[in-house]
Amino acid sequence: MDKDMTSGSNTLGADRLLAMYQMMRLIRRFEETANELYMQGRIPSTLHLYIGQEAVAAGVSAVLRKEDYVVSTHRPHGHALAKGVTARAIMAELFGKATGACKGKGGSMHVGDMRMGMLPAIAIVGGNVPIAAGLALAAKMQRKDVVAVCYFGDGAANEGAWHEALNCAAIWDLPVVFVCENNLYAASTPFKQAYKVENIARRADAYGMPGVVVDGNDVLAVYTAAHEAVQRARRGEGPTLMECLTYRLCGHSRSDPRTYRTKEEEKSWKQKDPIPRFRQYLLTNCAVSDEELRAVDESVEEEIQEAIRFAENSPLPKPDDLYTDVFKE
Amino acid sequence: MAMMTIAEALRQAIREEMQRDERVFCIGEDIGIPGGFGGAFTVTLGLSDEFGHERILDTPISEAAIAGIALGAAIAGMRPIADVQYADFLFNMMDQLVNEAAKMRYMSGGTLSVPMVMRAPVGATARGAQHAQSVEAFFTHVPGLKVVCPATAYDAKGLLKSAVRDENPVLVFEHKLLYGSKGPRTEKGSISPVGEVPEDDYTVPIGKGVVRRKGKDVTIVANLLMLYRSLAAAEELSRKGVEAEVIDPRSLVPLDEDLILESVKKTGRLLIVEEDNLSGGWGAEVAARMADSGFFWLDAPIKRVAAPDVPPPFSPLLEREYVPSETKIVETVLSML
Ligand SMILES: Cc1ncc(C[n+]2csc(CCOP(=O)(O)OP(=O)(O)O)c2C)c(N)n1
Ligand SMILES: [Mg+2]
Repeated sequence: MDKDMTSGSNTLGADRLLAMYQMMRLIRRFEETANELYMQGRIPSTLHLYIGQEAVAAGVSAVLRKEDYVVSTHRPHGHALAKGVTARAIMAELFGKATGACKGKGGSMHVGDMRMGMLPAIAIVGGNVPIAAGLALAAKMQRKDVVAVCYFGDGAANEGAWHEALNCAAIWDLPVVFVCENNLYAASTPFKQAYKVENIARRADAYGMPGVVVDGNDVLAVYTAAHEAVQRARRGEGPTLMECLTYRLCGHSRSDPRTYRTKEEEKSWKQKDPIPRFRQYLLTNCAVSDEELRAVDESVEEEIQEAIRFAENSPLPKPDDLYTDVFKE
Repeated sequence: MAMMTIAEALRQAIREEMQRDERVFCIGEDIGIPGGFGGAFTVTLGLSDEFGHERILDTPISEAAIAGIALGAAIAGMRPIADVQYADFLFNMMDQLVNEAAKMRYMSGGTLSVPMVMRAPVGATARGAQHAQSVEAFFTHVPGLKVVCPATAYDAKGLLKSAVRDENPVLVFEHKLLYGSKGPRTEKGSISPVGEVPEDDYTVPIGKGVVRRKGKDVTIVANLLMLYRSLAAAEELSRKGVEAEVIDPRSLVPLDEDLILESVKKTGRLLIVEEDNLSGGWGAEVAARMADSGFFWLDAPIKRVAAPDVPPPFSPLLEREYVPSETKIVETVLSML
């Protein structure tokens, strides 16, 4: 049995394990497809793809309820899909269509849908962290059983706002989970060049909250750690800093030749690709058959194709829409 | 009807809004500490005894967190009133206010609203360059933010209530020399206007200015402390046979353009007085709009009296030179006739 994958799995039935697999596949195929569409010039702008990091969003969101909040970053497609925003709503948003999750006013970097508990993503690195604390403060004041999850990268933990927000969340025991996706690079800047400490999770000590380092390419390890952090938050015991070690198996954004990292390093992380890894685990340990997994893959493919059709057939915003939604009347 | 200072009127507004709506709470530095000041200018004094420390929430010295947490709480259905100790510290919050709060509704395609209030004291008061700036124009420039500046006790209560009830981010600029703060927080050189404030629940609409003095020869638009300097200047001008109409815009966003235009149509002359630095101040925007819509009624170039384009100085002598004076206003008006 694969030791890395045993944690927590015994609490999950085969249907939930398959659902996690499906989510990871959906995110992967969504991102690959978005990239192709972008290369073909069918969607504008730039894209920050989540390829390689799928286990984090899939593992964390498997613990969350619809009414829990997620606050995301410039790399939000995976977080949004995992929180239940539909592929078609996100795809239409990437196309800039009126039917998009944000009516075409958000775009790739601001994907979100509050009806699913996901804020418009914040593309200012670190800017989302105080907001997550604020959502958690409201939940606490309203005595609601709601938790806020804040995703951010290794780059964000060096922003001032990050420190202010973690400290406030700690002193007020706010129900928030800070999920750091340490993919070893902030754009081109290597983690080692930006940190004197070995792990970002160590900084949790400085604020008086638990800090845990998690294999971010192991969806069940992520699930287990998130489960514990979310339960702690629900019990009113305060925030947790979770550092998920992962790797982006793609460029930072459009036209990134990735010359700041070595092919060997990329190859070694490709071996740890979370999706084949979890697929193998399911086959070996969970009596899931290859046919079942292929059926999941096919349904994902249909969902993606449907999302593209929906996005392409959707109307563009009207020029006058420029002027609406600035203020609430 | 009670006679109140602006600090008392603001406190009354906060108290009534917190009683009326349990979603309303205050967040900021030194606002509710037992034995503390009740904010830098006593506005929240005593409120933590009444409402407890959960609703008068003291924070560490963390401005980005104050703004971002207020924003998050507002999105999640609360109605935060954030206390910015000095308006200068809004710059520490700029990302949260400009990139996040102002754009959240738009980016969400109209599904979110952000009912948050930022209260911020402006004005030069012998504290030097970093506790003195009048920063309204930084925010009037940003779509998605509303900006108000109450200069009387009546407006302070009524506009703050409107701000709390508004579904959008509202910046409320208050002037240090107008608060009437008492005890150890008394400001030297204060005007501290005391005014009648109804006990009952009333609001002053955001976006409506008011004519503070009627006149036929020149229109003066001035906010906060400059309103009082302009009113004093108008009395001086009157003795010289010039009748100035003085308008208090009360809101800068949205701006009551109609009120100003009506006055300009009557007087044919417009002077704007503000304590902000001249270049790119909110007065420049008023001037541009009136040059556009009021062009055919104007008999003289539009003039502005503002602080010069230098940082606020410390030395009281230099500060007197920096902040627009009554004399400067009188001289400028006379030059326009
Ligand atoms: C405040 C701010 N500074 C810089 C940028 C430009 N930028 C966008 S993403 C990025 C790198 C972020 O790295 P990290 O937080 O590790 O997230 P990742 O891209 O690895 O997911 C940078 C520098 C930004 N969006 N916001
Ligand atoms: Mg990174």
